Amino acid sequence: MIKVVKVASSYLLLLLASACSDGVLNNPYVQNEEVGKVIYSSFSERPKHLDPARAYSSNEYAIIAQVYESLFQYHYLKKPYQLEPLLASAMPSLSYFNKQGERLPDDAVAADIAFTEYHITIVENTQFQPHPSFNVDLHGKLPDDWDGTSLYDLPLATRDLNVDDFIYQIKRLADPSTQSPIAGLMANYIVGFTDFSEHQSSLRNKSPGLTKSQRLRSIAMSGVKKIDPKRFSIRIKGKYPQFINWLAMPFFSPMPWEADEFYLNPVLVVKNITLDWFPVGTGPYFLAENNPNRRMVLSKNPNFHLQRYPAEAGKEAQGKGLLSDAGKKLPLTDKVIFSLEKESIPYWNKFIQGYYDVSGISSDSFDQAVSFSSAGDVALTENMSQRGIELQTAVTTSIFYLGFNMLDKLVGGHSVKAKKLRQAISIAIDYEEYISIFQNGRGVPAQGIIPPEIFGHLADEKGINPVVYQWKNGPRRRSIDEAKVLLTEAGYDNGIDPKNGEPLVLYFDTMDSGPDSKARLNWLRKQFNKLNIQLVIRGTDYNRFQEKMRNGNAQLFMWGWNADYPDPENFLFLLYGKNSKALHGGENAANYQNAQYDALFEKMSKMDNTSQRQAIINQMVNVARQDAPWVWGFHPKAFSLYHAWYKNAYPNLMANNTTKYINIDPALRQQYQAKWNKPVYWPLVLILLICAVLILPAYLIYRRIERSTAL
Amino acid sequence: MINYIIRRLLYVLPVLMGVNILTFVLFFVVNSPDDMARMQLGDKHVSQQAVDNWKQQRGYNLPLLWNEQKNGLQTVTETIFFKKSVGLFVFDLGMSDNGRDIVSDISQRMWPSLAIAIPSLVFGVLANITFALLLIFYRGSYLEFGGLFICITLMSISGLFYIIAGQFFIGKLLALTPISGYAPGIDGFKFIILPVLISIVGGLGSGIRWYRTLFLEEAAKDYVRTAKAKGLSDLQVLFKHVLKNAMIPILTGIVVILPLLFMGSLITESFFGIPGLGSYTIDAIASQDFAIVRSMVFLGSFLYIIGLLLTDISYTLVDPRVRLD
Repeated sequence: MIKVVKVASSYLLLLLASACSDGVLNNPYVQNEEVGKVIYSSFSERPKHLDPARAYSSNEYAIIAQVYESLFQYHYLKKPYQLEPLLASAMPSLSYFNKQGERLPDDAVAADIAFTEYHITIVENTQFQPHPSFNVDLHGKLPDDWDGTSLYDLPLATRDLNVDDFIYQIKRLADPSTQSPIAGLMANYIVGFTDFSEHQSSLRNKSPGLTKSQRLRSIAMSGVKKIDPKRFSIRIKGKYPQFINWLAMPFFSPMPWEADEFYLNPVLVVKNITLDWFPVGTGPYFLAENNPNRRMVLSKNPNFHLQRYPAEAGKEAQGKGLLSDAGKKLPLTDKVIFSLEKESIPYWNKFIQGYYDVSGISSDSFDQAVSFSSAGDVALTENMSQRGIELQTAVTTSIFYLGFNMLDKLVGGHSVKAKKLRQAISIAIDYEEYISIFQNGRGVPAQGIIPPEIFGHLADEKGINPVVYQWKNGPRRRSIDEAKVLLTEAGYDNGIDPKNGEPLVLYFDTMDSGPDSKARLNWLRKQFNKLNIQLVIRGTDYNRFQEKMRNGNAQLFMWGWNADYPDPENFLFLLYGKNSKALHGGENAANYQNAQYDALFEKMSKMDNTSQRQAIINQMVNVARQDAPWVWGFHPKAFSLYHAWYKNAYPNLMANNTTKYINIDPALRQQYQAKWNKPVYWPLVLILLICAVLILPAYLIYRRIERSTAL
Repeated sequence: MINYIIRRLLYVLPVLMGVNILTFVLFFVVNSPDDMARMQLGDKHVSQQAVDNWKQQRGYNLPLLWNEQKNGLQTVTETIFFKKSVGLFVFDLGMSDNGRDIVSDISQRMWPSLAIAIPSLVFGVLANITFALLLIFYRGSYLEFGGLFICITLMSISGLFYIIAGQFFIGKLLALTPISGYAPGIDGFKFIILPVLISIVGGLGSGIRWYRTLFLEEAAKDYVRTAKAKGLSDLQVLFKHVLKNAMIPILTGIVVILPLLFMGSLITESFFGIPGLGSYTIDAIASQDFAIVRSMVFLGSFLYIIGLLLTDISYTLVDPRVRLD
């Protein structure tokens, strides 16, 4: 209590003292932690998993991609996105085999290839971060004097990275107890994955005494082989060029078996210290503090292997000062502090005060930050520019669309009638207006399924969707009259259903039915009203909506997709028949099936990025545009603001491990923070004066009451 | 009194069982174990195999309430309800469906909640009582009228407005405190000033009016007139006698919430970035984490009952006429 009083009085003294100085009182960080170059960031909800075998969300990758490293990474400054080695010493060499196991030439046709083998050599002289798990004496027994707060108070050790760590992680992906979200997908590709998974299940039942690491290391996976301590191979079924993109994701990061063994300790489990929360990696940072309810802190990994800032940049990145740190040793900062910030208003205010380095723009603060010129160009407001804040925009590798359930009797199927109905609706739903109203202009209307900056996307006139747009100095949406003609051809003259003579009624299923979405849903109704079609909104909760989608019971719905990797296959597969959600449990939510499209997809998915592949993609996109299983919607545009002291920011939307490239100018930050956060005291004095003025009449009344008779 | 306490504690058991059954039924009417698994596993590439696997590992592969495939007692014990409920009664809250130890989470998050809740309650009650007594003292004057007008104005403003306006005015314009954030220990002092101040100011309007009503009733009693007739000043009468005699309703309102203070406040903690328990249950409902939901509802019910018992006991301390038999 005495301590608290002391702190309170010292704070008040500080308040008084800073009245005569330039001191900053509203700094939300503890002062003595601001040593070296620190990045201040935030998270709005705690990550579910920090185990690379399980994590699959952007907020999880924001942490683990800085701690774990994969075999490959996307070049930071090059677009179209380009893979380069990270923990691999070079790009993998590939060997093809037929069903008999005979080696095929490198130019073998995809149909003949039964297996592909990836030969990977890993980098030399790489060590894991310092961690107590490498101290084998600590497995199963922790020192009695450990106070249980930080793992890094325990005796630390490390060891060299070797190929066993990569193989161990692939086994972890297959182990049912890990519950990796890509286990089902990888079972389709990696040879021996399913068998290994089944063996692990039976071994768990037969030998419950075995620990996870003992179990996993006791059996080999037939498709994954160690050649020597620095080389290993992965054999996959058929030809699947996109497999290398998966190898660039955190799922395939090396995992030391010691970590699994160490975290088994029940003392750690009851403290929520598990491998799912406390990563052990080789990356540029390690998770020094992990309180997902308050903050997470990444500190520079002292064992990080030599890696340098890129010396070359793609066209888009040139001339932006992004190469001023070229050749410098990574990471460029010492610490990253992620603070929990659930609400957008305090986040925005703290960004403006200089206490966060980067901010997105919520709709609440959009007008404060950004203005549009009469030509439609985006610019920062004067206030933001004066503060030295910079704006960066990038079209995301995502798509949001309105889908038709192709299994539905009315809007689905391949009849001319249904197709024309879908085409008419595609024209009527004005996504330009949607982007303007609900996205503050932050989006690009989609012309097809593939977003910009992904191979296969065509820009300008060549890339427009002729069903919905025509080219008149830019894409112009076809008129509503053209949509009405299509509707008439579909058998619904002026939107009237001939069966009952009433306007056609369609059903839109959504889980977004609260008061916040009322305007959006009204807008959608209005779009259908243009065709005299009545749209009935069927609001439901998350579970029922997902169930309807799984069972194919929704008629119209909105859905989205965010790319796993920058390959057109990762978008075109969303319309592949064998991926139908209702029929095969896949990601094809519209349940679209077209034999021509499917055949082309099977061919395209096994091809490298060549002009032949582009031609096939064009064909596929055109087939889909004509069938119109989706109203193509839009590709969101990410707007981010960052302060003048935040250097090397580049919108590489595929790379997750970009923190290591960021540089900070702490002196400039301190200077701005002091300028923007000078305490203002006069309103306090004013309040005190008002109170004093109020006391006078109170005193007079008090005297009158005290002097009056009691009864 | 001991008998009374034992009897009341025995009542706890059926109440908690009822609450547990109700929570279970309400939760599983809305969410099936499959839904829970899909929510935990994410949206992409989730196979039925993965869902089944998740359920098996967490014991959600059993029937909800009745296992027809078993015989005897196992028809009841080999069910989700039994497996998930029995531990609660010995306060073994177990692991959340997300794989975290619930007791550890609660014990970590309760302190920030208490750091806000205790000073807010203590200073809030003191301020409310003081202002309410002053309003009584100035009864009939324009100060009382003005005070009541301010109270009604304060009551009419949304709690969220106090938070946003407080952050904007004190944190941003005056730059006197951090807008949000938290630090443990004494470093946390600068972070709790603003939320505590806003909690107190936000509660002043209704608090003053509530206590004023209690004190008005007391001020009209005979002993007050007697005290005045004996020559005591109005302030002495109010702060010594009226306040003491109004303690029963005051304690009814305060003691019952004492055990629940650590549960925190959802909105305050969200806006101020306080890592407390305020959003723990809501987040668990959103993520369909039944293990946390049942634990928090169970704990909340238990503590509420304890709060009621403490209230009864506190009556005996402030009013010697009260006997608990």
